[in-house]
Amino acid sequence: MIESVLITVVQMIVALLASPFIVGLIRKVKAHLQCRQGPGWLQPYYDLAKLFRKDVVVSTHTSWIFTATPYILFSSTLTAVLLVPIFLSKVPLNFAGDIITVVYLLALGTFFLMLAGLDAGSAFGGMGSSREAIVASLTEPAMILSIFAVGLTAGSTNLSTIVHKTALLQGIVTDPPPHLMALAALFIVTLAETGRVPVDNPATHLELTMIHEAMILEYSGRYLALIEWASALKLLLFLTLISNVFAPWGIATERTPVWMAFGVAVWLVKVSGLAVLIGLIESMFAKLRLFRVTDFLGLAFILSLLAIIFFYILRG
Amino acid sequence: MFFDLSWIVHWGLLTVVGLLGIGIFLPSVFYRNAHVQNFVAHGAAMAGSVAGIALGIAGLLAPTAATFSVSSNLPLLTFQIRVDPLSSFFVLIISLSGLAVSQFAVGYVREFEARYSIGTMGGLYNAFLLSMILVVLADNGFFFLIVWEIMSLVSYFLVVTEHEKAETRYAGFFYLIMTHVGTAFIIVAWLVFYQQAGSFSFEIFRHPPAPIPEGFRTLIFATALIGFGTKAGIIPLHVWLPYAHPAAPSHISALMSGVMIKTAIYGLVRVYFDFLGGAFPWWWGFLILTIGAVSALLGVMYALMEHDLKSLLAYHSVENIGIILMGIGAGMIFQSYGLPHLAALGLLAGLYHTINHAMFKGLLFMGAGSLVHATHTRDMEEYGGLIRKMPWTAAFFLIGAVSISALPPSNGFVSEWLTFQSLFLSFQIPDLLLKIILPISAAMLALTGVLAMACFAKAFGISFLAMPRSAHAREAKEVPLTMRIGMGLLAGFCLALGFAPMVVVPLLDRVTAGFTGVTIAEKIVAGGGFALAPGLGIGFASISTPVLAVLLAILIPAALLASAALGGRLRKRYTKTWGCGINLKPRMEYTATGFTQPIKQVFDMIYRPTVKLETEMLEESRYFAKRMRFETHIEPVFQKYLYDPVVKVLQKLADRVRVIQSGSLHVYLAYIFVTLLVLLLWVR
Repeated sequence: MIESVLITVVQMIVALLASPFIVGLIRKVKAHLQCRQGPGWLQPYYDLAKLFRKDVVVSTHTSWIFTATPYILFSSTLTAVLLVPIFLSKVPLNFAGDIITVVYLLALGTFFLMLAGLDAGSAFGGMGSSREAIVASLTEPAMILSIFAVGLTAGSTNLSTIVHKTALLQGIVTDPPPHLMALAALFIVTLAETGRVPVDNPATHLELTMIHEAMILEYSGRYLALIEWASALKLLLFLTLISNVFAPWGIATERTPVWMAFGVAVWLVKVSGLAVLIGLIESMFAKLRLFRVTDFLGLAFILSLLAIIFFYILRG
Repeated sequence: MFFDLSWIVHWGLLTVVGLLGIGIFLPSVFYRNAHVQNFVAHGAAMAGSVAGIALGIAGLLAPTAATFSVSSNLPLLTFQIRVDPLSSFFVLIISLSGLAVSQFAVGYVREFEARYSIGTMGGLYNAFLLSMILVVLADNGFFFLIVWEIMSLVSYFLVVTEHEKAETRYAGFFYLIMTHVGTAFIIVAWLVFYQQAGSFSFEIFRHPPAPIPEGFRTLIFATALIGFGTKAGIIPLHVWLPYAHPAAPSHISALMSGVMIKTAIYGLVRVYFDFLGGAFPWWWGFLILTIGAVSALLGVMYALMEHDLKSLLAYHSVENIGIILMGIGAGMIFQSYGLPHLAALGLLAGLYHTINHAMFKGLLFMGAGSLVHATHTRDMEEYGGLIRKMPWTAAFFLIGAVSISALPPSNGFVSEWLTFQSLFLSFQIPDLLLKIILPISAAMLALTGVLAMACFAKAFGISFLAMPRSAHAREAKEVPLTMRIGMGLLAGFCLALGFAPMVVVPLLDRVTAGFTGVTIAEKIVAGGGFALAPGLGIGFASISTPVLAVLLAILIPAALLASAALGGRLRKRYTKTWGCGINLKPRMEYTATGFTQPIKQVFDMIYRPTVKLETEMLEESRYFAKRMRFETHIEPVFQKYLYDPVVKVLQKLADRVRVIQSGSLHVYLAYIFVTLLVLLLWVR
């Protein structure tokens, strides 16, 4: 019991500490590709620390929804992170929720963020919320289907079971084609859900193109810090999903301290690799028009659907 | 113990019928004082609902079904009543909603006191509740049809309460026709049973003397689907819902949308699982599942485009009926492949969503009623900023919105999750097509879920947040305490159903066990009673909403404390929202139309929107518009291509038939004479 609580707390701290690093890493990669030096590795941490200390400006048009949203978003994202295996394949809280729960917990945060976007009464916030609604509704089916395609092999939608069984190669006939399709689908979903190019651009504040940034336009100080941190956690969560669901090797399958420490190191390497890839994509591609995004996300949906069909066909 | 339960069932039944019966007639006695009528009518309804809750719980727990029967002078008709787990469960749903809605009605009906007879309204209200309870309790086909028809007629009268409005009369007429088309199909189903089994008693339907041939079983399946489907509002039989539910007074809408359409779900489960029992061809379940998936997806899509808050909620009823049918359809598919545990799971998921939908839809309709009460308009574009004027209503509406959007840890999440699981467990079916189809419908369910979330972000955000968009919204006031208590009750039930699935699942298991022959509650409720794991032996997945709720409840204050630790005391500055240098006006806010514009554009294949834009330019320059007029509509596909042709044919036929209707009394007398003559010749 105490051991489980301890592991959960450690997982929470590891995720909280690692998430700004991933954001910084992507920025660093982009800076290098643009022949700039870029800010230091610790800059995202400095940003957060500074934002936490700053005054908060609150619009008089807003209600308690605006004030409560950063806390709800932060804690629902953190709860979702606790359900995902990071360095230990069977997380202590695995009984509390599966992949569908993770998706819907993230949706809880998105729901309140959409409300907060509308709360200030500015047209930008409404625009962001409205666009977030369409992007979210196109990504979530693809996300659930792609994980389910992998879950079929493991016989579970429970993330811990999927990761554990895959890590031990237990009772698994690896089916490369469906898995690769599901992987591609999940990667597209990741780009969309975390507001990355080519769906959204986290570095822009241009009125006509922003989605996520438009929703949180009215936030400042501590509230902004919580939202930024939650976004970083969400990004980390998706990268963790990709690396641990599709390539969990190296993750601790038993609760020994040494192995878990090793698990943390391996996981950091994997998510950093993915972060570099995202940095490359952000530098190489332009943002898509909003109504082109639907084709891109439709691709993810079709891929995940094909993954399931192929799974059954290959199994016969 | 057993004696006690049957005692409660016995007296509960008598008390419910007695109290609601009093509620029908007593209010008219106090015709001088509308206040007293209001209290008497809704007081009786509340007392009857409390007795109904006791009856429902006792009936669910009772080890055997209780039957009561009173014979009548009419042939074929006996007043047979049977209290079994399925009917008790629906009595419980009706009574829980009835209790809260009656409480709400005490305050809500006040504004009708000056205009309409409260004695009639209150009497009809009680008759409505009683007829719904009798529909689910009836154990005789003839008796069932009588109470079913009473339910339809009484609800029609309640829909046309505000009969001086032309649109209300139209809505009522539409409803009346549709519901009778449905009833006609149910009659056909019962007649087939009667012809095959030789009695109208449900007991004989259940155990016919000789097995019913496959063709007739299919006929019963189809007619029951159309008959009950019309009441439930499955697509394409849903067209009456978005008219009738908004036209009715809001407490009636809450009952119609939350409860009345559930009697159709009851009818379907009763006919398919109880009467036709078990051995279905696989395509029955497949058809139900497909209809469910289509209804869910199209229902939410049309809801997104509605700006009339009550029509929006009515379309969400179509959506949720679809989700319920997905669970039931999956259960039927499993049943036909001889997988009773999974069949029980699918049916259980559907029934769980049934009670959940009754709770949150009732709550949301009462919230909408409160908004109408406060602003005197149903148009969302005229709301705005109401969270400050009506904080309680806003909080309750938010609970309803989170629940219907299936966000954890709400009750909607639990039942949708169970539906997801029963769809994913399809890999155990030995049929490739179904193995692939079921995950696809799960994807449709996922899309439905997210779109519902978007729709309620719109409904809540546009109605309650930002600045008031009209004078109505600026002058709105919080609704009286009686109405708030009504909403609070259902909000509480929603939360309880979300946090305590381990209590609900064993109760539902008693319902499904009777049809599938297996109990699954011990297998599903895992983790010391705190988690649900419907793997049924293979450990597919589990959730625990209590743990999720506790985690959120710990982490939110933890986030508050941690940010205080990191940044010290929170200093806030208040200013207006930045409006790019000009004063921010309500007209600059995002509208409900604007909010759903991207969705409309992406799915324009379904919506087929027509846009009309007229621009009048200044004479001096063709770059400056003097006036612009923008109009947009979405095409009502089903009405245009499915109903209008039928109506046209009917009208043409009526024109032909009118030839014999000359209007002259002599001609009619001649008709009667000729008919008499023909009949006399016939019998000779």
